[in-house]
Amino acid sequence: MKDQSRSRIVVLRVVVLSILLTLFGRLAYLQTADGAKYVQAASNNRVRNIITPAARGQVLDDRGVALVNNKTALVVSVTRSRILSQPHAGAAVLARLARVIGIPVAQITNIITPCGEVLKNGTRASSKTGCWNGSPLQPVPVRSYSSDNAAEVRRVLAIAEHAESFPGVQAQYAPVRQYPQKSMAAHVLGYLGPISQAEASMAQYRNLPSGSLIGRSGVESVYDSQLRGTNGVQKLQVDMSGTVTGTVGTVPAQAGQNLVLSLDAGIQKATEAALAKGIATARTQRDPVRGTNYAAPKGAAIVVEVGTGRIVAMASNPTYDPTLFVGGISTKEYRALTTDPGQPLLSNATQGLFSPGSTFKIVSTAAAVAAGDSINGIYNCPPSLMIGNQRFGNFEGEQFGPIDFRTALIKSCDTVYYQVAYDQWLRDEAALKAGKPAQEVFPKQARAFGFGSKTGIDLPGDLSGLITDRKYKLNFWKQMKAVECKRAKTGYPEVAKTDPARAAYLLQLAKENCTDGYRYNAGDSALFAIGQGDVLVTPLQLAMAYSAVANGGTLYEPRLAKGFLSADGKTYSTLPSVKRGTLPVSQSVLAYIRSALAGVTQQGGTAGFAFAGFPFPVAGKTGTADVLGKAPTSWFASFAPANKPKYAVVVMVPEGGTGATTAAPIARSIYDAMYGLAGKPSLLGPGGVLPSALPVVRPDGTIAPPGTRVPVPPHRAVTIPKPTSASPSSGSTRAIGAPARLPWSEEPRRTTRGKP
Amino acid sequence: MTDWSTPRVSPVRLRPSGVSVRERMLDRTSPLRQLDWVLLIAVGLLIAVGGLLIWSATRQREMVLGLDPQAFVKKHAINATIGLALGTVAALVDYRALRAYAPFVYGASCLGLIAVLSPLGSTINGAHSWIVLPAGFQIQPSEFAKLAIVVGMAMLLGEKRDGESRPRDMDVVQVLGLCAFPLGLIMLQPDFGSMMVFIFVILGVLAVSGAPARWVGGLLLAGVLVGGFVAPHLLKDYQLNRFRVVANPGADPQGFGFNVNQALIANGSGGLTGKGLFHGTQTQGRFIPEQQTDFVFTVAGEELGLAGGGGIILLLGVVLWRGLRIASQATDLFGRLVAAGVVSWFTFQSFVNIGMTLGIMPVTGLPLPFVSYGGSAMFANLMAIGLLQNVHMRSREM
Repeated sequence: MKDQSRSRIVVLRVVVLSILLTLFGRLAYLQTADGAKYVQAASNNRVRNIITPAARGQVLDDRGVALVNNKTALVVSVTRSRILSQPHAGAAVLARLARVIGIPVAQITNIITPCGEVLKNGTRASSKTGCWNGSPLQPVPVRSYSSDNAAEVRRVLAIAEHAESFPGVQAQYAPVRQYPQKSMAAHVLGYLGPISQAEASMAQYRNLPSGSLIGRSGVESVYDSQLRGTNGVQKLQVDMSGTVTGTVGTVPAQAGQNLVLSLDAGIQKATEAALAKGIATARTQRDPVRGTNYAAPKGAAIVVEVGTGRIVAMASNPTYDPTLFVGGISTKEYRALTTDPGQPLLSNATQGLFSPGSTFKIVSTAAAVAAGDSINGIYNCPPSLMIGNQRFGNFEGEQFGPIDFRTALIKSCDTVYYQVAYDQWLRDEAALKAGKPAQEVFPKQARAFGFGSKTGIDLPGDLSGLITDRKYKLNFWKQMKAVECKRAKTGYPEVAKTDPARAAYLLQLAKENCTDGYRYNAGDSALFAIGQGDVLVTPLQLAMAYSAVANGGTLYEPRLAKGFLSADGKTYSTLPSVKRGTLPVSQSVLAYIRSALAGVTQQGGTAGFAFAGFPFPVAGKTGTADVLGKAPTSWFASFAPANKPKYAVVVMVPEGGTGATTAAPIARSIYDAMYGLAGKPSLLGPGGVLPSALPVVRPDGTIAPPGTRVPVPPHRAVTIPKPTSASPSSGSTRAIGAPARLPWSEEPRRTTRGKP
Repeated sequence: MTDWSTPRVSPVRLRPSGVSVRERMLDRTSPLRQLDWVLLIAVGLLIAVGGLLIWSATRQREMVLGLDPQAFVKKHAINATIGLALGTVAALVDYRALRAYAPFVYGASCLGLIAVLSPLGSTINGAHSWIVLPAGFQIQPSEFAKLAIVVGMAMLLGEKRDGESRPRDMDVVQVLGLCAFPLGLIMLQPDFGSMMVFIFVILGVLAVSGAPARWVGGLLLAGVLVGGFVAPHLLKDYQLNRFRVVANPGADPQGFGFNVNQALIANGSGGLTGKGLFHGTQTQGRFIPEQQTDFVFTVAGEELGLAGGGGIILLLGVVLWRGLRIASQATDLFGRLVAAGVVSWFTFQSFVNIGMTLGIMPVTGLPLPFVSYGGSAMFANLMAIGLLQNVHMRSREM
């Protein structure tokens, strides 16, 4: 018995020893090999980050007038941990809250549930259902009310008044965006929208909880990081129940910088008014070709400082009220904006593509000289010209006989330009036949003037336009060949039902394109020279080209932002002008063109009537660009004063008639307002120039016009490095005072505990 | 072979009245000299370390509530003192005479377990294994039942008849019958942890008793089969989840994996020497539920590190080593089985308790012997130590 039992005790010994060794081995493994992981987990466990939002900077005009600032709104927010600690997970409070704010309990629950948490149905909370990506300790904004809405605010304030009935619910005032100038410059300013789940995980959006607003359009979007500032973080030490036991560290919020635009509120207002009035006038004018009034569905007008490329005014009609986006735009309102035929959300100035018509002749004049034609030469201006098998005529069949380029520009004689373009085409064709490359002088010149590529303005969605040459046509034809050739066989039966003539024309076109579409024929080059056919430009491109002619040949990137002012006014920074290039045109030719354009607004010029009585010469060019099946696009491109140019003004009204009758009078009104000629004071500053210095911030944080003496604190300038050629096109997003990265990671989300 | 019919003499011998107390204490045959001091010191150290850990685990919460931060340590000390008294009684009564009381101990334990299931029982911390007495006292009868099973099995298997050298099949069946009743009652609570300890104790005592290997092996196999195939159908979902967490430690860290996850973080972040007593972020932040009772080991792991946690395992090893030594030196089978039963009990309970804080065993409501806070467990544990000393003292006489 003893032996049996003793040997069994030995077995028990082995079992005991192996169990103890197992425990020790596992403990040692956890604490050494795996230790770092758990040390990190322990630290994440006890620290919660509370985000203190930074005030968003204002957007100011060149004189410090607020274009966008902040107002207070009543924000109802819910602290989930405090709701869950109540009986039945706070069902009673949530039900009361739902009645007050009119959002169903289920939806409130979704909004405040941390993303990734396992829901009752076993799925995890995601952006589909709505979820909170911030700290569980952070109050989650559920609904906000503009302080303008007095009745609603009073009702919702009941939450604050009866705090004891709403534990875990706060109703507090918080800043929201406000547009003191209403819809003015809406396309420039843009609007804010909530950050998406995907964006929230991106590095530049660190410490932005869900529901945070970021710039979605306009300068709000391009300069979002500077305007947004840096959210502060309070690192709280918490225990199991989420009770705060101490503060580990605090990083205060850094208010966003105020963005100063070169836009001038007064001139912007006048420009918008002139454009709107001009469009309204056009709609009362009868189109002699179609027999109806001009549709003039939209328009754009731009004022640029020619010496710097800064935008003084940029109007696009129709426009929208950015206030619609404050507090979240409703689906209905958004659909109304996106389905409006006038496309009010798009800026016609930067996103409208149209043939420039005769305003393009400054390019053609320079191109003709580059092609070898003398700037002082005499060219014939017959009523029409046969090029290939097609007849190209002047507007209303005018003819002026032998004239120089000056007269050709002043009278807008097309046949002169047809001829010089055709001559160049013939030279290129001869070169090609001889196996040499085509010079493509006209398209090359157009590109040098900034057409066919983005202007580089500090706005999103800037378009490139279209400049056609032989290579482009060939590539395009290769892409479209299949479609065109199919159409050449089938024709356009769907068009023939309503418009047989148009269908026949389209069929003819398709047949030509199928076989010869790659050919850059003489007609193409002729139309190109008068800004018709396959030439598409944005009004902004045209304004920059005219500015370059005006300033002696420097092509600038257009700029809206002039500088930044810190919220406390202690630092400021000025953004430099960015050169895009130099026109490959001699000063004498530029001077010739400027002088010729000055004649356009004189008696006998195409804009002579519109500018009758204007006290000093304005250089300009009208444009009437034919559009297939529609009334022509009315253009006027100009700069003033003609002898010492300061500002360029470009106006465009599609389906608006001739440049002389619609666009030129609008430009005249803008000049009148700028120079104070319509019995009103000048909108430019003393000496006819806009302020070059930035506005200043008073000690109390309010903004004063440039030049105001502010006692303390003094400005401390921040040097902005000149843009390097390595990043020529990054001008719009060049970071100034990018927010510093915070040294710690996001905290994990955890609130519930399991069964013990 | 012991001649059981011979009248026995008490080891506490009567002395002439002239001998001084001091002399009596230091006499070679005095019970004090006969005690296993190594065992006692190891147990004493475990209780002391337990006190520190309980203090660290509870002071923050008690302070937040405005209560005495040392309240739990003080109660721990009181429990240990009462346990010491009970253990002394258990040590002094000749264990061979204890056999006569074994049926009563067994009966009382079963009554206690029945009472838990009756309206007298109550649920504390999710375990329906308590009887709440007036004046704020609570009893956990399953702790005492472990003691009763050890003594009861030792009694049945330790009585050899007709010169048998090992238990007959009939004895084994009797023992299983004896165990089945309390085991069934514990299953009804359900106290899954105690059940596992019971099964391990039964196997240990049976094995050491010299019972046929087919029984030991068969029971082991049956246990594995029941555990593998039947238990998943009988257990409740939350109990199964505890196994799932062991299989997959990352499972649902916010839900049923929370305790295990937090315990792992506490132990794992301790490093070699820990964050210092009272400085564990997991412990002081009260991230681990039931830390002073079932999860007390995590306080050591986090605040005292590998040195502290390993030290506790070492001290437990000393206790188990002395227990095994007593078992092998016991002069009769009853004493040996009592010792083997106590060792099996402490071994497995320590394994389950520490193992769950290390993520290798499912979470059950088992305290760590001597270290965890809790009166019933402390009393039962110290009475078991008393029995070990009892067997130890009386194995030297021969």
